[in-house]
Amino acid sequence: MTETQGSVPSRRSLIGWGGAGLALGAAAAGGAVAMTRAGEDVEPAAADAGAAVGFHGAYQAGIATPVQDRLHFAAFDVTTTDRAEFVRLLKDWTEAARRMTAGKAVGEGAFGGLAEAPPDDTGEALGLKPSRLTLTVGFGPSLFKKFDLAGRRPDALVDLPTFAGDALDAARSNGDLCVQACADDPQVAVHAIRNLARIGMGKVVIRWSQLGFGKTSSTTPDAQTPRNLMGFKDGTRNIAGTETDRLKKFVWVGEKDVDADAAWMVGGSYLVARRIRMHIETWDRTSLQEQEDIFGRDKGEGAPVGKAKERDEPFLKAMKPDAHVRLAHPDSNHGSTILRRGYSFTDGTDGLGRLEAGLFFLAYQRDVREGFIRVQRNLATDALNEYIQHVGSAVFAVPPGVRDKDDWWGRTLFSKEA
Amino acid sequence: MRAARLSVVTAVTAVTALTAVTGCTSKSDAKDGDRVISVTATDAKCETSKKEISAGHVELAIENKGSKVTEVYILFPDDRIVSERENIGPGTKQRVTAEVKAGDYRIACKPGMKGTGIRQDLKVTGGSVAKRDPRLDKAVAAYREYAQEQADATLPLVATFVKAVKAGDLEAAKAAYAPSRIGWERTEPVAESFGDIDPEVDARADGLEAGQTWTGWHRLEKALWQDKKITAAEKTLADRLTTDLTDWQKRVGKAMITPTSMANGAKELLDEVATGKVTGEEERYSHTDLVDFKANVEGAQKSYELLKPVASENDAALVTELDKQFTALNTLLDKYRPNTTSYVFTSYDKVGAAQRKELSDAVNALAEPLSKLAAAVAK
Repeated sequence: MTETQGSVPSRRSLIGWGGAGLALGAAAAGGAVAMTRAGEDVEPAAADAGAAVGFHGAYQAGIATPVQDRLHFAAFDVTTTDRAEFVRLLKDWTEAARRMTAGKAVGEGAFGGLAEAPPDDTGEALGLKPSRLTLTVGFGPSLFKKFDLAGRRPDALVDLPTFAGDALDAARSNGDLCVQACADDPQVAVHAIRNLARIGMGKVVIRWSQLGFGKTSSTTPDAQTPRNLMGFKDGTRNIAGTETDRLKKFVWVGEKDVDADAAWMVGGSYLVARRIRMHIETWDRTSLQEQEDIFGRDKGEGAPVGKAKERDEPFLKAMKPDAHVRLAHPDSNHGSTILRRGYSFTDGTDGLGRLEAGLFFLAYQRDVREGFIRVQRNLATDALNEYIQHVGSAVFAVPPGVRDKDDWWGRTLFSKEA
Repeated sequence: MRAARLSVVTAVTAVTALTAVTGCTSKSDAKDGDRVISVTATDAKCETSKKEISAGHVELAIENKGSKVTEVYILFPDDRIVSERENIGPGTKQRVTAEVKAGDYRIACKPGMKGTGIRQDLKVTGGSVAKRDPRLDKAVAAYREYAQEQADATLPLVATFVKAVKAGDLEAAKAAYAPSRIGWERTEPVAESFGDIDPEVDARADGLEAGQTWTGWHRLEKALWQDKKITAAEKTLADRLTTDLTDWQKRVGKAMITPTSMANGAKELLDEVATGKVTGEEERYSHTDLVDFKANVEGAQKSYELLKPVASENDAALVTELDKQFTALNTLLDKYRPNTTSYVFTSYDKVGAAQRKELSDAVNALAEPLSKLAAAVAK
């Protein structure tokens, strides 16, 4: 619809008209500065916080992409039993995602349409920059019980076993599919999930969703490592978005990883999402020495025990046997490495005067069995467990990227010829 | 899609997509000042810059210079609405557009959004004479008849309820409570359009304005289920309910009903379900929410069925989806009553969180496409 392209102002085009977009951009930047204020330096602009991230590519954006500041993650259940209708939804979602990640309103826009009809777009992102919005879709194990997909479920998409200490809430776990929306502006991320949920009504329903307000891992090692709510730097040794070899080795599914039935996953990855509640009040009463012992790094610099700098190679044996970094380190897990992309959350308070806060852990890997499961099993004796509790859990097969304007999410799984 | 919509524009259509209009009609040009009529609305006047215009696209440039919120209408001689704009605040400007064929019209301003408005004649010349799709006239007439039937059938059921309350018979009053509300719930948007009756008969404790005395069904509901006693005050309130609903019954025939208001009314009924019934707030003492729920859906479906012949021509896919989602929701609701001819539903306090979510999801699945019905009949 050429008239649509012309008549619906894009978020980006609105920026030029006035200060609204710029002012909000500045507010977001202010948040980032505040986050690093305690540190000695300010996070360099790893990426332009307002720009658009390309939607098309061999891999889905939102995995190796430099981690944005904000998250809105939603898990959906599929209610339609009509495969064609579900495929149509995936195509509609792809088109909406293509527009929103480019900073445009969905459909025919948020205003200017027929007065009798509700606008296609909900409007709250008008005037905001694209804000590096990425939208990443994944398929949960339960989806493969529908639409005759049983034979296409990849072996690596296993149901997660029960781990020691799990206190999982079924209402905050699992889901037939998921959408991860990351952006530097929270309103842009929320707008994206809201509009996809609206387009999905009658076909899919939201099962649970999670907002994240601060990234806890970065995929840009030259930037300052963000801190989690326990006050420690997180993800120091994370896989960087530029480390093509490590991404191939640990994150992207390759041709040799799959049989013919699961070949649709080539170029994809597996996502584990865990809602980890932190008992931050008791943590805050813990002595500095104990906190540092528990992590195996010092609080200020983030240096491993006995080392001076954050990025110095850790000497694991210098750490306590139950130190978090020691147990999670690849050397303690047969080399297992996962790409972490988690966010801090605070969902108000819990009715007992405590913050309902924690880490919404997101990790991407080539094989869940050799990634998250192996590491999490090893964390059974983690000293940190006294202060955390896993309360939500989900695993998803994240299909490869949408290649071009004619492609759509899940095509390799659902199209006949693929 | 937009161009296709506009190609079937009729005289009853309110069109605001100006750029698209100029693209597909040769007879009109919104940018041309000749097509614009300035309307200056004050608390006492409604001044228009033109009394005559040739047929085609017309745009009202409205400025409210009064102190009250106003509405501006273009009306057919029989008061049916050609196009309208509500909620025009003091000191603000708004635009209303329409495609008008030859004939006599009125432009009406309604300061304070009350009454029949201050009117100015508008003569439209040339072209063919304005005529609305007769199927829509038929739909409106049939809906008016339905609303009247519902009111007429409700009064005897209310009488049964009132009689039990006045006899001090707690159990009989409880049994008669939910049935007395069905006709009201089916056609609630019509009653709400009068403004004054709804707060008298259907207010909830948390919906009262400061100084408002709580009257009506829910006040009696609380007495029956929570206080478990009927006093003289309740008996007086029961009489008042009869008075108010008799007033409603008399006024239904005079309600302003249009195809668009029917479609929006259907959506509003689903909104009622989504915000009041699914949450269990509406019938918090009696837990008869599912009875209201069903009645709301029935009323919405009635409007929809009457508008369907026109809607299916303009948007066949929408009609397919609405048929499917009405069926799905009705099927789900039937799980909560032992007998599909009865209005005895499971008490809502026995409906668990997972079941409520399922009901809510089904309401969303229907309400979202239903919000597109008005556009499909206004095309």
